[in-house]
Formats: sequence, C-alpha cells, structure tokens
Amino acid sequence: MTDLEQQLRDAPVAELDRKALTVGLAQRAGRSGLLDVAYAELDSPIGELIVFVTPHGLLRVKYADEPIEGVLAEVAERVSPRILRAPSRTDPVRRELDGYFALRRQRFDLPIDWSLVRGFAGGVLRETARIPFGDVRSYGQVAAQAGSPRAARAAGNALGSNPIPIVVPCHRVLHADGKLGGYSGGLDRKRFLLALEGSLPKRM
Amino acid sequence: MHLPPFQRLVDDHAAELHRFLVASVGRTDAEDCLQETLLSALRAYPRLRHADNLRAWLYTIAHRKATDSVRSRARHPVSELDGVAEGHVASDPQPLPDDGLWRSVRALPAKQRAAVIHRFVFDLAYRDVGERMGISEEAARQNVSAGLRRLRMEVDR
Repeated sequence: MTDLEQQLRDAPVAELDRKALTVGLAQRAGRSGLLDVAYAELDSPIGELIVFVTPHGLLRVKYADEPIEGVLAEVAERVSPRILRAPSRTDPVRRELDGYFALRRQRFDLPIDWSLVRGFAGGVLRETARIPFGDVRSYGQVAAQAGSPRAARAAGNALGSNPIPIVVPCHRVLHADGKLGGYSGGLDRKRFLLALEGSLPKRM
Repeated sequence: MHLPPFQRLVDDHAAELHRFLVASVGRTDAEDCLQETLLSALRAYPRLRHADNLRAWLYTIAHRKATDSVRSRARHPVSELDGVAEGHVASDPQPLPDDGLWRSVRALPAKQRAAVIHRFVFDLAYRDVGERMGISEEAARQNVSAGLRRLRMEVDR
C-alpha cells in the first residue's frame, strides 16, 4: 500500500452531533411540510410514554411495555413513513399530560388525529372522549351512545384497541357492576388513573 | 409496500453518511450537507417503489449534495485568511490532519472523489464501492485509480 493510500485511510473523523441533527432536521422538515408524524418520549407517573403527533393532532400514545418497533411500523404503514423523532413537536402534548397528572387539568384541549381508528371503534372512542374527568361509564352505556346498545362486548374490544389512552379516557369505562374490566396498559395503570381522578370504585 | 419509518434510516445511516460528507466537503459543511441529504430523502421517501437498498439510495443523494456543495464553494471560495477573519476556521477548532490532501480530494471530479472515499475511508472492496455508487465494479476500479493518479500529481507538485 502506498503512503497516499494510507493517508486516505487515516481520514479525518468528526463526531456527529446527533442532538443537533434531530433538532435541525425536525425544524427544517416541519417548515417544508415534510414531517407527517413526529414522536418523542415523555415521563409520567405510570412510566415512560411515547406520543405521536401529526399536523392534525395527537395520533398515538404508547405505554412502555409496548415495543416501539411495532408501533413505528404500524404508523409508517397506516399513516405515513415520513416519521421523525422531534421532541419540540410534542411539547403541547407534554404540557397537557403534565397538567393532567399534576391535577391542574381535567380536560384535554389537544386536537385528536383519528387516522388509526376505523368503523364502530371510532364511534365508541369518540363517545369515550366525552366522558368527563372523575366520571365513569359502563361498556353497555358507551356502546349505546355509539348507536349499538347491545354491543357491549364490541365496545370493550374497541376500547382495548384505543390508540390514544389517557387522552381518550378508556380507563373511565368499567363493567356495569363496578368491576374494572380490562385495560390495554394493564389494570394497575387503569387503577392508578381512576384513583387519580377520585373515581376508583370503593370495593376495588 | 412497507417502508421503514424514516427515523430508522436516520438512526442507522446518519453517522456513516456524515463521515462520507466530512471526507467529501470538509467538516464545516458536512453537517449542513447531511441535513440537506436527509431532507431530500424525506421528500422523495413515500414515492420510493421499493425498500431494497435504502443505504445506496441515501449515498446517491449525499453524493449529489456533496457535489453541489463543492461547486458552490468553488464559486464562492473562502481564502484561508478570510476564513480566519470570519471565524470560518474557528468553527473548525481542530484543523483536519493533512488538510492539503483533503482539499485535493474535494477538488477531484465528483465520481472519482466518491469512489476514492468509499474505497479508502470506508475500506470497501471495489464491488461494494460500485454498489454504493450504483456503478459497475469495473467503473468503480477505474474511478478510484483515476482519482489516485490525480491526487499523486497534486501531492508531488
């Protein structure tokens, strides 16, 4: 090998500033209308959340036990592959969730992007979004409000697939007898959220 | 058509593209070139018809951006003294080792420059150089040797 080749192999290296890249890229992509989905991690009392937002609103809230790769793949396929980690874009969500967990906020004003929701589930989840802080409904009641009074079980499935837990408060839907029912994020989280709102059934 | 989330491309390839661009355009312009590369890729991304070789696709874009950047630097040259006065060098606190050679690399015709960088900076076989550049193994070999010839002349001068 010649000296010249050796010199070329000893190329200058420069550390890539990943943080600056993330910030710069998100900013420029946003300005150019190329950022279809932005996501970032947030801390919460019920573990790390990852939130996804689009120009239309909040698209997805992911609990820590759900693998991120699967959620990213789903969002890439069903919404857009133009996805970037962009913490600044999720600031409004962070502020409202922080306010909620600190009991300074009882309702969310965030716009919702319902792109991941289809059909009957959409009706159920939109009704669920109207249940006020501190209140609860039964699966049957939510099904009825969504137009199918006998579809309590289907309503349960729809709530189980809620892409936007906490903000679309599926934790406020219980069995008619006061039993907690299910929760996609696990019953401990459902219990925590109901207790936070002062609506955990007494005998639970 | 399943395209991975774009952030995955950034996570997997930003560091090597940056290295390629540092060698191609210098440290000062590499970061901007990298952002330009990723923005162009992001713009075209949903229209890609297959996700077979996203890495080569990114290198093609980076190569184009590097060429644009080298051309625009050639049109608006910054002499070294100007650089000192304008803080151009100050943003590059550690001068590159053997900067003279890398200036000559930057001055190579675009294909030769990219081929030389892939071959030596990334230590790739000619076949892989060709694959990253979307040219044949033979064309990669020719570009590397033409580039080396030219560099030798510069260095010996």
